[in-house]
Amino acid sequence: MKKEGEIEFIKDGKRVDGRSFDELRNIKIDVGVLKRADGSCYFELGNNKVLAAVYGPREMHPRHAQDAKMAVVKFRYNMAPFSVDDRKRPGPDRRSVEISKVSREALDPVILREYYPKAAIEVYVEILQSDAGTRTAGINAASVALADAGVPMRDLVSSVAVGKVGGEVVLDLNAVEDNYGEADMPIAMIARRNTITALQMDGNLTKDEFEKGLKLAMKACQQIYELQRTALIGRYDKDESANFKDRST
Amino acid sequence: MGLEIMDDVRKDFVRNMLSEGDREDGRGFREYREISLKRDIINKAEGSACVKLGDTEVLVGVKLEIGSPFPDSPTEGVLITNAELVPLASPEFESGPPNEKSIQLARVVDRGIRGSGVIDVEKLCIEEGEKVWLLFLDIHVLDNNGNLVDAAALGAIAALQNIRVPNERYGLTGEETLQVHDTPVDVTMVEIDGTIVVDPTCNEENAATNRLTVISNADGSLSGLQKTGSDGMKEETIVEMVGLGIEKAGEIREKFLKVPS
Repeated sequence: MKKEGEIEFIKDGKRVDGRSFDELRNIKIDVGVLKRADGSCYFELGNNKVLAAVYGPREMHPRHAQDAKMAVVKFRYNMAPFSVDDRKRPGPDRRSVEISKVSREALDPVILREYYPKAAIEVYVEILQSDAGTRTAGINAASVALADAGVPMRDLVSSVAVGKVGGEVVLDLNAVEDNYGEADMPIAMIARRNTITALQMDGNLTKDEFEKGLKLAMKACQQIYELQRTALIGRYDKDESANFKDRST
Repeated sequence: MGLEIMDDVRKDFVRNMLSEGDREDGRGFREYREISLKRDIINKAEGSACVKLGDTEVLVGVKLEIGSPFPDSPTEGVLITNAELVPLASPEFESGPPNEKSIQLARVVDRGIRGSGVIDVEKLCIEEGEKVWLLFLDIHVLDNNGNLVDAAALGAIAALQNIRVPNERYGLTGEETLQVHDTPVDVTMVEIDGTIVVDPTCNEENAATNRLTVISNADGSLSGLQKTGSDGMKEETIVEMVGLGIEKAGEIREKFLKVPS
C-alpha cells in the first residue's frame, strides 16, 4: 500500500496525470438524457460518470415535512455499488447523507423556492463511476438538470474541488491525489455573482494556501459555468421538434 | 404549525438586536459564552469530558475495543466518531436513527481530528492485519442551546487527551496512555444580515443564513472547514471568518487544552 510521500505528485511542474496545477479534467455535459425525469443531466469529470435527475415541483410527501412558505428541495446523492474499487454497500451511509445535505444547501440559494409553497423539488444524483470529486460533479449535474426541468432559478451553481498535493495547491484532484494528498477542499458557487454556496475542507492547509485555493476554485467555477451554459443552450438549439417532446408519458 | 410564527418572531428579535449592536445575551459579536470543561467524569469510559458552552452541554466519551483493521490499512487502528442528538436535549430532537444533523456533527468533529493527525493510528495496531484498537468517540448532547459543534469538538480532544488504554481487560501489555499530537479547535460563526457572530445560540443559528465552522491546529494551519446553510457567501466574508476562527481557536486552546509538558 502506497503512503503519502512515496508518490511523486509533481514532476517537472506537472501532476501525475500530466495536468498543470490549475487545469481541470475533461468535462462532458449532456442535457436531457432521461425520458421520465422532468429534467436530467449526464456529467463526466475525468473518469467520474454522474447522472442527475430532477422531479417536480410536485406535492411534498410526507405532508408534515411541507413548508408553507416555500418548496422543499430534496437531494439524494447515491453511489452505485460498482462505482468504486471495493463494492459499496447499497443504500445511504453517513458520507452520502452529509454530501446530500451539503449539495442541497449548495443549490438552495439559486432555486426560487418561494414560487412553490408546500411543494417538493427532488434532485437525484447517481454516481455511476467514481474518481474523486463526485460531489462537485453531482452539484454541477444537478444544477443543469434543474435548469433542464424548467425549475425557476436565479442562476446556475458550479462546483469544483481544490487541494494540496506534493506541497502545491492544485485544482480538481484526481483519485490518487485525493487519497494520498494533503488536503481536499470542494466548493460550489454562483459563478456570475461570485457567491459561495458550499465550502468544505479536510486535510491540512495554511491560511495562505486556503486563500490561494479558494481563488483557484472560484476561477475554475467560471470555466465550468460556461460549459454548463453552453450545454444548456446546445440542447435547445439543435432540433426544434425534438426539444418540446411530450413529457407527460 | 403555530410554532412557526414564534420562529419568525425570534428571528426578528435576534436581527433587530444585532442591528442595534447587541446580542440576546449581551455578548460582543466576537465573544464566546463562558466555557467550562471537566475531564474524566465517566469512569467506565476510557476517556471522557463534559463541555459547557453557556447553556449548551455536551458529554463526550471514548471507548476502546479490539477489532480487525480495514484491509487497506492493516497497520492502523480505527477511529469511529458518532453523535447522538437525544430527545432529552431539545424539543426539536427526536429519537430514532441518526439524521443528517447528527451525522454532520459527527463528521465535522471527526474531520478536525483526522485532518490534524491528532492520533497516531499506527500506534493503535496490536497485530498487523489482525488486531487493532477501535476507538469509539461518542458525542452525547445533553442540552442544546446552540453551537454543538464547538462544544463537541472541544470535548472530543479533551477526552482523547486523557485516555487510559484498557490493556488488562484484554490481557495485553503496552502503553497505558495515548499520545495526542495536536489540538484542533473548532470555531463556529454565523452570518446574520452581513454581521459575523461567533458562538451562536439556537436563536442566532435559526436567524442566520449561513454558518461556517473553521477548524485550526496549534500551528495556526487549517484542518477542516464546513459551511452549512442555504445561502451564498462572499469570498471576503469567508476569508474574514477563517482568520477570526484561527484567532479564537488560539484563545480556547491556550485556556483549555494546554498539556503540561
